[in-house]
Amino acid sequence: MRAYLSVFKLRLNLGMQYRTAAVAGCATQFFWGFLIIMVFEAFYSHASGTPPISLKQLISYVWLQQAFLAFIMLWFRDNELFQLITSGNIAYELCRPSGLYGLWFAKLLAQRLSSAILRSLPILAVALFLPEPYRMPLPHDWLAFLLFGAALLIGLLMIVSLSMLMYISVFVTLSPSGSLLMFGVLGEFLAGMIIPVPLMPDWLQQIVYVLPFRWTADFPFRVYSGHIPLQEAVAGIGIQLLWLMGLLWLGKSAMTKVLRKVVVQGG
Amino acid sequence: MITIQGLNKTFHVAKRNAGVGQAFKSLFRREYTAVEALQDISFSIRPGEIVGYIGPNGAGKSTTIKVMSGILVPDSGTCSIMGYTPWKDRTQYVKNIGVVFGQRSQLWWDVPVLDSFELLRDIYKVPEREYRDNLELLTETLELKEIIQMPVRQLSLGQRMRCEIAASLLHSPSLLFLDEPTIGLDAVSKIAVRRFIRTINEEKGVTVILTTHDMNDIEALAQRIILIGKGRLLFDGGIDRIRSRFGTHKTLTVVYRHHAQPLKVPGAELLSWSPERAVWRIDTASLNISEVLLQLSGRVELLDVEIESQPIEEMIVQLYKEHQI
Repeated sequence: MRAYLSVFKLRLNLGMQYRTAAVAGCATQFFWGFLIIMVFEAFYSHASGTPPISLKQLISYVWLQQAFLAFIMLWFRDNELFQLITSGNIAYELCRPSGLYGLWFAKLLAQRLSSAILRSLPILAVALFLPEPYRMPLPHDWLAFLLFGAALLIGLLMIVSLSMLMYISVFVTLSPSGSLLMFGVLGEFLAGMIIPVPLMPDWLQQIVYVLPFRWTADFPFRVYSGHIPLQEAVAGIGIQLLWLMGLLWLGKSAMTKVLRKVVVQGG
Repeated sequence: MITIQGLNKTFHVAKRNAGVGQAFKSLFRREYTAVEALQDISFSIRPGEIVGYIGPNGAGKSTTIKVMSGILVPDSGTCSIMGYTPWKDRTQYVKNIGVVFGQRSQLWWDVPVLDSFELLRDIYKVPEREYRDNLELLTETLELKEIIQMPVRQLSLGQRMRCEIAASLLHSPSLLFLDEPTIGLDAVSKIAVRRFIRTINEEKGVTVILTTHDMNDIEALAQRIILIGKGRLLFDGGIDRIRSRFGTHKTLTVVYRHHAQPLKVPGAELLSWSPERAVWRIDTASLNISEVLLQLSGRVELLDVEIESQPIEEMIVQLYKEHQI
């Protein structure tokens, strides 16, 4: 456990060094946030029926999305790990008495966390004081806010265990681009990162609800805005936990299997 | 400490000829070549030994090291190290070994060396006291004091290699695998690394298995060498055994006052000749050196005489030749 913590701390410190990247990231996220909100505002002002999610709720959805991008993006990758596998430096990692899965998990988690800490707070702080209609609304109520925090954290663990599958697949394919593209494009869409899930057609929502991706982004954001009521939110967190356990189990057993067959290339 | 019995490992390597047509063809039908990396390798090593594991490129040295460090699962054969089977009891086993792969890196690129060391301390659960002692010893003997706080990316190759070796010893392993630890190092760094290996072997009783292409490493360190080629074990024994087998040859270099004709010495092989200098190869089993010198001094005015035994490097080349590898 201490080893995992140590990796976590080291990677967190390393991630916190990239301040310029964080500033640039914030600027990009603001740009996107405004753009998306403007588009939705235009749609909403000409909507005929009652939309499935209110504009206010949608705005908090968008800002949370931008602020916690590092928590929810599947394509957020660690090239070092890819290189480790394809270049054979993995040889060293295999000579360690700790499990590879745990070490990598801690590393990826810290990487996302450091990136999010540098971006999320400034973005949220500014978004809360923007002029209407761009202002980010306060949480629906305080209980919802607590549930949102829990859902977001479990979502983060889920996304790391999902991306672990991607790293494991590189052991077999030896090239990260394929897995990245598949995971990145599909997962992002299915998590509601491009079109918010409530605005998707019904048949698509059916599909999205079966898959794990929406639990990492769509679910916590809607808990925040109160679009998902409290009771449903608690049940949702239970489902999240089930998914998380399933994904962890899958990843761990896939890792064990793949390591049995791994051939470290080169002299 | 190490007992290896009948180890075999075959790799299947996809191959095709160059060219678009061939590439297209290989989409449908792949041809594989079986590369027998290890064939029936057996040896055993006692605690406290330094063993030089040598062979030409592609002989299977690294493969053996990988099997012994638990990274690679062999096709057949047994390997028992300190009572463990490396690839089966990996987690338990690796606590007791240190590995340095000369061509790879285990240090974090962007952080100071010390951070990587502390991470390793936590991974191996080294008690604080032991860590301090080890770190002190390593910093001193490998001269790391100035570089330990620098990020790895700013170190030279020699500095980095010294740190890599230190990193592999923080958890006081009793067995150390060094896979080409002196590759790419300059003479000074090489000597520092060698001296250090000898120190930990003598003072802490660490068993060392060393692969290298630099015969000076072997000569300076190993009492015993294991030679493999094309996956087969060719020789296992002390350096003195090789010496006594090939070492009866000496090289005799003589410098003399100008003498126009080539000097003939019956029974000796003339390697090079000039009016001032001649070099012979003499098999001391059949020809006495002092007799040769006596003969020569009667014919020319000797200025300087040098007698060298054959360098180990040449003996190894001869061994390679003998086994046709």
